[in-house]
Amino acid sequence: MSGERARLDVAKTYKLYIGGKFPRTESGRYASFERGDGAGAVNVCRASRKDFRNAVVAARGAVAGWSAASAYLRGQIIYRIAEMLEGRAAQFASELHAEGVAEAAAAAQVEASVDRLIHYAGWTDKYTQVLSSVNPVASSHFNFSLPEPTGVVAAVLPERPGLLGLVSVIVPAIVGGNTVVALASESHPLSAVSFAEVLHASDVPGGVVNLLTGQRDELLSHMAGHMDVNALALCDVSADAATAAEKAAAENFKRVRRFDDVDWSADASASPWHIEAFQEIKTTWHPVAN
Amino acid sequence: MATKSTLAFEPGWQYDPAPESTDHVSLRDSYGLFIDGEFTPAASGKTFETINPATQTPIASVAQAGSEDVDRAVAAARKAYDTVWSKMKPAERGKYVFRIARAIAERAREFAVVESMDGGKPIRESRDIDIPLASAHFFYYAGWADKLNYAFPGASPKSLGVAGQVIPWNFPLLMAAWKLAPALAAGNTVVLKPAETTPLTALKLAELIADVGLPPGVVNIVTGEGDTGAALVRHPDLDKFAFTGSTAVGRDIMRTLAGTGTPYTLELGGKAANIVLEDAALDQAVEGIVNGIFFNQGHVCCAGSRLLVSEAVAEPLLERLRARIDTLIEGDPLDKNTDIGAINSEAQLARINEYIDIGRAEGADIWQGGSDAPQSGYYCRPTLITGVAQSNRVVQEEIFGPVLTVQTFRTFDEAREKANNTPYGLSGGVWTDKGSRIFKMTGALRAGVVWANTFNKFDPTSPFGGYKESGMGREGGLHGLGAYLDLGMGAGA
Repeated sequence: MSGERARLDVAKTYKLYIGGKFPRTESGRYASFERGDGAGAVNVCRASRKDFRNAVVAARGAVAGWSAASAYLRGQIIYRIAEMLEGRAAQFASELHAEGVAEAAAAAQVEASVDRLIHYAGWTDKYTQVLSSVNPVASSHFNFSLPEPTGVVAAVLPERPGLLGLVSVIVPAIVGGNTVVALASESHPLSAVSFAEVLHASDVPGGVVNLLTGQRDELLSHMAGHMDVNALALCDVSADAATAAEKAAAENFKRVRRFDDVDWSADASASPWHIEAFQEIKTTWHPVAN
Repeated sequence: MATKSTLAFEPGWQYDPAPESTDHVSLRDSYGLFIDGEFTPAASGKTFETINPATQTPIASVAQAGSEDVDRAVAAARKAYDTVWSKMKPAERGKYVFRIARAIAERAREFAVVESMDGGKPIRESRDIDIPLASAHFFYYAGWADKLNYAFPGASPKSLGVAGQVIPWNFPLLMAAWKLAPALAAGNTVVLKPAETTPLTALKLAELIADVGLPPGVVNIVTGEGDTGAALVRHPDLDKFAFTGSTAVGRDIMRTLAGTGTPYTLELGGKAANIVLEDAALDQAVEGIVNGIFFNQGHVCCAGSRLLVSEAVAEPLLERLRARIDTLIEGDPLDKNTDIGAINSEAQLARINEYIDIGRAEGADIWQGGSDAPQSGYYCRPTLITGVAQSNRVVQEEIFGPVLTVQTFRTFDEAREKANNTPYGLSGGVWTDKGSRIFKMTGALRAGVVWANTFNKFDPTSPFGGYKESGMGREGGLHGLGAYLDLGMGAGA
């Protein structure tokens, strides 16, 4: 061999993440994404309605197991996600940079994302205590109220910050025992797909988080109209599109939460109230013998 | 195991009439809209009559609010919010709400009689349940007014502003209390629309609110039909909307409010499963089933309208249930012996009978028991529908009357599947002697209120509300307070 560099880089194929697997979009469509670091263009899947529907099937199938997992186990798994992300911090910083984030800001965003995961890992076995109540009814009954997951949450993720926004919206939903189908930021598809790999390496059961890349304009109406989706998280969706989505959501009373212009780097953007956003309160009564 | 029932209710017992006296009740011939502390006619001058469903006679005429009146009411509420209510010391605000609670308790008997006259419910229920609970609801929330900062860890709760509220005809005063008490305690002002068939106790509450000196405009009550409610929900100056009623109207409200950013709570329909496992105390279960479906003529969104009984005990349970139903006394709502009063309106009676016909057409068996119903007035005998499948309309759709469908199951999973297999998720019940099975079943039900070895219990401290198409948000308790506050946690939270 001569002295010149002979090894060719191995480029990554950016795929969807559905049911714990990495399929290409069934539609065969792609969007060309120009890397901001001069490394050329990559192809990103342009997910279809069918991909979304497949993801909902996976998410629904995962609800029973994930919501029944112990709070301790969910906490350990979310902690594990943080560990995996920390270990790949350099890769994520470089991908965020490729998506147009300045180098220092990209590194800071990865660190903030890891810290947010740690924050929520510690909530899994505490939010129930904060959101529950034992109710002193006047009759001879023992009465208590506690939160339960809403079910399948479909999320349009914040356009930016790509990674921290994704973590800040998805993680409180799964902390609370929900499963998620999320549409990644159109400007940050690379770090989203890579985050799926982190999830995959963290004992998060298949189907608990499903990540799609594609176009909001195309997919939002399908997300809002799907009858087996229980809730919608709409981040920075335009007023007209959000109104249309909320109207469609009324068909089966999806719980709609809108997150507009949130400073996701602020401490206040993580709280038990973000977990509560996708919880239902169940009250149980039982007689007490006189 | 066909255990022969040993129950022997002596047949033929006759009860002398025991009517509640009405001579202490003060009712006007006509009522205006209660806006800015005064009763005024509708701008259009339109009125409608409210009917006693037990006698089919008019009781009073009531103003019919149009959009102009709704505008005026919202403006009064806005002014009261800006100038008085939001500036008042929270403890003082609470004292006003306490006053309302005490005044209802003082006038409880009068309210109970009017409630039974206007809505048809047995005096036993309005006297022992509706009115005392309404007073208790105000008393509970009054105490929250100066304690909001202790309610939600890490949050900085603030009142929302003007709340629009629309309530149904099944628990007229109690639903008004569920809506008004948390709204006022949290520092909001209100425009409330009662149901068109049962406006009287809300209007008497307006009189009471004026009497206790609540500042004008803090509570405004506009009577009318669906159009009035539609004008209210469409009003651009609301900061909160709350509705109790049908799922169909709830869906319209959600569409109307789409994109406005106005927060809302919806308490909608239900089709609750009341599940009897094979080890249940059957006589207790029978009482719970009867209370679950025949309480308030079945006009209860959380009624236990679907009996799911283990095949092992279905035969003896149904035998005892039929025997028990045959002892129920249906008749004059004002008679203290009455178990089942009048159906709220002619339209509702027609709707119930239509569903009974649908059940028959679907091939089900219809059985009706209880005492003979009076010849006049709107009455429906307590009804069991057996031989139904999960897909039957009478199993899937809310009937809102004294009609119980009966299904059996063999395994826990079959019971859970059937219980959860409707679009609704408001309530549920489970009957078993074993604690571990109680929690297994209550945990498996996708419903907001679950009664174990009891049914249809309510309390101001106890959050109430639905999963799925039974609505969103909670009323009652700490969680019901949050529905009237901005927790200050940023968008979406």
